[in-house]
Amino acid sequence: MSTETLTARLRDSAAVRHLATWDAAIIAATIAFLVVAAQTVEHFGTARNAGYIILDLAPILLLALAMTLIVTTGEIDLSVASTVGLTSAAMGVMWNSGIPLETIMPLAVVLGALLGAVNGLFITGFGLPSLAVTIGTLALYRGLSYVLLGDTAVADWPRAFTGWVLGTIGETQVPNVLIPLAALAAVVAVVLHATTVGRAVYAAGANPIAAAYAGVPVRRLKFWLYVASGAMAGLCGVFWTLRYSSARADNAFGLELTVVAVVLLGGVSIFGGKGALPGVLAAVVLLTALQNALRLAHVSTEALTVVTGSLLIAAVLAPNTASAIRGALRHRQRRTV
Amino acid sequence: MGATEQTGPEAARPIVALTGVAKRFGAVRALSDARLELHAGEAHALVGENGAGKSTLIKILAGLYRPDAGSVEIDGRPVAFAGTAEAKAAGIAVIYQEPALFGDLTVAENLFVGRQPKGRFGLIDRAEMNRRAAALLERLGVRLDPDRPAGGLSIADQQIVEIAGAIALDARVLVMDEPTAALSGVEVERLFGVVRSLRDDGAAVLFISHRFDEVEALCQRVTVMRDGAHVSTDRMDEVTVEQLVRRMVGRELGAMFPKREVEPGETVLEVEGLSRAGICRDVGFTVRAGEIVALAGLVGAGRSEVVQAVFGIEPRDTGTVRVDGRTLPSGSPRAAMRAGVALVPEDRRLQGLLLDLSVMRNATLVRRGRLSRFGFLTGGAERREAAEWTARLSTKYGRLTDPAATLSGGNQQKVVLAKWLAANPRLLIVDEPTRGIDVATKAEVHRLLSELAADGVAILMVSSELLEVLGMADRVLVMREGRIAGELSRAEATEESVMLLATGQEAAA
Amino acid sequence: MTALLKRPSRGTAAGTGSTALDLALRFRALGLLIALAVLVAATAAVNPRFLGLQSVQDMLFAAAITVLLASGMTVVVLTRGIDLSVGSVLGLSAYLTASLLSETGAPVVLALLAGLAIGAACGAANGAIIHFGKVPPLVATLGTLYIVRGLVYFAAGGSRVNASDLPRGFLDFGNGSVLGVPYLFLISLAVLVAVAVFLAGTRAGRDLYALGSNPEGARLVGVRAGRRLMTAYVLCGALAGLGGVLHAARFGTVDASAGHGLELTVVAAVVVGGVAIFGGSGTVLGAGLGALLLAVINNALPVLRIDQFWQQAIVGALILAAIALDRLVGLRAARALRRKGSHVD
Repeated sequence: MSTETLTARLRDSAAVRHLATWDAAIIAATIAFLVVAAQTVEHFGTARNAGYIILDLAPILLLALAMTLIVTTGEIDLSVASTVGLTSAAMGVMWNSGIPLETIMPLAVVLGALLGAVNGLFITGFGLPSLAVTIGTLALYRGLSYVLLGDTAVADWPRAFTGWVLGTIGETQVPNVLIPLAALAAVVAVVLHATTVGRAVYAAGANPIAAAYAGVPVRRLKFWLYVASGAMAGLCGVFWTLRYSSARADNAFGLELTVVAVVLLGGVSIFGGKGALPGVLAAVVLLTALQNALRLAHVSTEALTVVTGSLLIAAVLAPNTASAIRGALRHRQRRTV
Repeated sequence: MGATEQTGPEAARPIVALTGVAKRFGAVRALSDARLELHAGEAHALVGENGAGKSTLIKILAGLYRPDAGSVEIDGRPVAFAGTAEAKAAGIAVIYQEPALFGDLTVAENLFVGRQPKGRFGLIDRAEMNRRAAALLERLGVRLDPDRPAGGLSIADQQIVEIAGAIALDARVLVMDEPTAALSGVEVERLFGVVRSLRDDGAAVLFISHRFDEVEALCQRVTVMRDGAHVSTDRMDEVTVEQLVRRMVGRELGAMFPKREVEPGETVLEVEGLSRAGICRDVGFTVRAGEIVALAGLVGAGRSEVVQAVFGIEPRDTGTVRVDGRTLPSGSPRAAMRAGVALVPEDRRLQGLLLDLSVMRNATLVRRGRLSRFGFLTGGAERREAAEWTARLSTKYGRLTDPAATLSGGNQQKVVLAKWLAANPRLLIVDEPTRGIDVATKAEVHRLLSELAADGVAILMVSSELLEVLGMADRVLVMREGRIAGELSRAEATEESVMLLATGQEAAA
Repeated sequence: MTALLKRPSRGTAAGTGSTALDLALRFRALGLLIALAVLVAATAAVNPRFLGLQSVQDMLFAAAITVLLASGMTVVVLTRGIDLSVGSVLGLSAYLTASLLSETGAPVVLALLAGLAIGAACGAANGAIIHFGKVPPLVATLGTLYIVRGLVYFAAGGSRVNASDLPRGFLDFGNGSVLGVPYLFLISLAVLVAVAVFLAGTRAGRDLYALGSNPEGARLVGVRAGRRLMTAYVLCGALAGLGGVLHAARFGTVDASAGHGLELTVVAAVVVGGVAIFGGSGTVLGAGLGALLLAVINNALPVLRIDQFWQQAIVGALILAAIALDRLVGLRAARALRRKGSHVD
């Protein structure tokens, strides 16, 4: 009896700890990788290279922050990269028509929010599956960016702005963009983990019906998350345009898959209700740093796609396999008793 | 009811024999020593309270679960079903409480899944399949187009389709898990006619029901289960209903239903003319402080739908709901919560809990706003609140961070109750408050409800368990087909008077 | 009203419900046909040469591969799954079979078989990860999308196979036609018909609908979910593999990016064709018509003097319209059934 409860206790707490393990594992893997790569890959450990990595991870991070919230509610947004493309293209059109950049930038974010609201309306208003809706808007928004800009590029962005995006703080090697990025990540982390909104996000993902019974306005919550996701994509569009000094219709093409991969790799369950931001942040760093290291080591970046795909599957497969083995062991144990 | 026309089946070898069957799920022991023998040409009733292990036993027969210990024998040979297909091949057909049809497939296809008749080139012969389906349905005396999709059929028709499927299988053992729960009187009679003719053709029938009149009308033998174990098996004509009930409960009824007499206070809930198209119509009632009002009726009579509309989970088409004299807007659980209404829903796993989330998160979900400072939560307040309320209800769990899924059914229900009691409700609505929990916890929940009422909380209780309704309620509202069929005081309410109203048979009589 | 009187009336309600749903379902394919007809007629009115042999042939060429892949995708989506890896699998098969042909000059049939085998292997991997590993289809096939594409890059290593390296007969097969209908389209059509027969006329096919309609119920009645899911993913993979061979034959030049992003077009075709993304309902005929519609739109735009850049936006709008329409039809049908079948009236 006492051993029985003891093993039950152990198993239960192991199950709980497991929730945290993937987070811990991905963070540990990221740190280990950074250390090893700094030792073995030439130029990887330099401050200048760290700056490049931060610039490279910025768009993924911006999109992943909102995607984490959305996937935690059990939904998905595949249209984010197309939203980046469309806001970038819209910026190009506005710039060509002589609107000052100071006005264009907030407008781009608002445009992103509106595009997100369209997703939210279809998903929460009409009750359509988010996967299908955002595949639709993925095509629609990308298509509209081509309608706006065709295959031309708008490249004459003012130095003052592009320079700031690429620049560093004072004499240090710390990129200017690090501060807003860190601030945004902190805000999302606090919202998700230490506010009533965050609790509602987890509840809506874990069981939307039970959440509704507990007074969580599930649909309204999801709608606003899509608006937020769109706004983040708009911000990402501004960043992308200035970072590459180019507004093009195909900006950020295909990035949605990387973002989803990073979020799942970070330990967020595709079924919703589970996951934490630190894991996602680590996954963003890991993936970008890996890409950077491979480039520095003159290994084809194609290897990265294999690694990304494998990690993605492993992220879900590993815990499933572990619990299956645990179940089988328990079964054997009982039979022998 | 020719219950004794059978010639002593004791002599014959049983078709199905279960002995010493045990099964556990994690920390929960569902079956410890279950026994059952089913004979050809005999209908056998299995009775027991919710949580007695009847469903688990059925699922073992159906090949869904493997027993941890004990033996299952078919025709004297031990078997270990690796899946439902093997149980089916052995001639066991199970009809579940909620039929599991494929809404996107036609009625005929549902009857023949995996066994469709083949025509030319080995392809499915649809015409032949529809003809056979029509013949089967005809034999059961129902008019259903075999070529229509099964989606949208009434529960009664779905069950008929499932029974027709069992007949198509040439099943020798027909297991029926509370098949009559959602049926009206005429539908029950039709079903029984079908089952009797199958039985007389030599099938063994296992019939699970909470309704003793039906058990007496259909079955020759009855087995009582309690707490996962076999209690007794008798010929139906050798036991009384009172004896069966005592064995099911296993203790004095007074201990199960510690109802305290309370002088009702002012009216808390007033419902007037509540209607929803196709669900309920012109429902009106009141609940006063300190009063326990039960909403009784058959499954599908619209009881849960009414309380959901009161709480605002579902919008209402017409009608008003007032709490303490203030009208609640339609379709807003938040407004209902602000007015002091709490709803402990019927399906704990689907509607009550976030199974993957911790006990703490579950227990504090409703109160997260109150526990926060300007919307920020740091964990301390939640932990204190969760610990306090789960302790008050003597909930057993490992730690507050364990997922709710790891708790037993009774303790899960306590977490749901704790979640709502923490909000200090004026009106507590409980929908099937003791479904699927063990007897001891059941008595605890009843005591809790009684104490809350004594403290002046108004309680509206939906329950399919007549004993619970009769034991706990000050007043009983009986629903039938979306309307309130009648109201009974505590003195008037008996098993018969409630069932008569629920089935509408008093109108026919 | 007593229950006795209600029974027959409910029986008739069931009857009308059936025809209403049937109509809605048939209407779906009909709607697509009407949309196609209107589009073709309008375009032909602007420029009669749109219906010329060359133009029609171009459309059929363009539609062939999408129709093929949409057939496979339908089978998977019916089970509540999805296969995002089809574009990558097509790329892998296209590159490997093209290299095989350019190096050994193997006959066309062998290339087709090789393509099918490569695709089936990828499909089996998907199916195994999804069924045995219990990984959600979206995640599993997103993962294999990356992995398989990575394998193509490894195999290609920056090089590509040129048309001049490929056997004459293979290229003739890719660009030839009989009575004006391209071989490629005939193959796709044959596959579509075969899949349609499989889905509608075999036990395994009906099991797939059952699995998508009610997975738990399917388990209860003893549908072998593992075997059926494997069948679905292997079939989908094999058809993507076959698509790779057709791609190589059609274009001659194959590099590592063949089929990049194709998965979205294929999913779009299936969704526009009325296959429910959450399984259980839809037909491969609808998906085929969806694929055809997308191809026709693509070819009609230049004729209608609409900027080619509108093409993708129209596809997106079409997906949204299709799922919104399906939802509306579903809601109305459900409401009608509920009204008629309800106890209260």
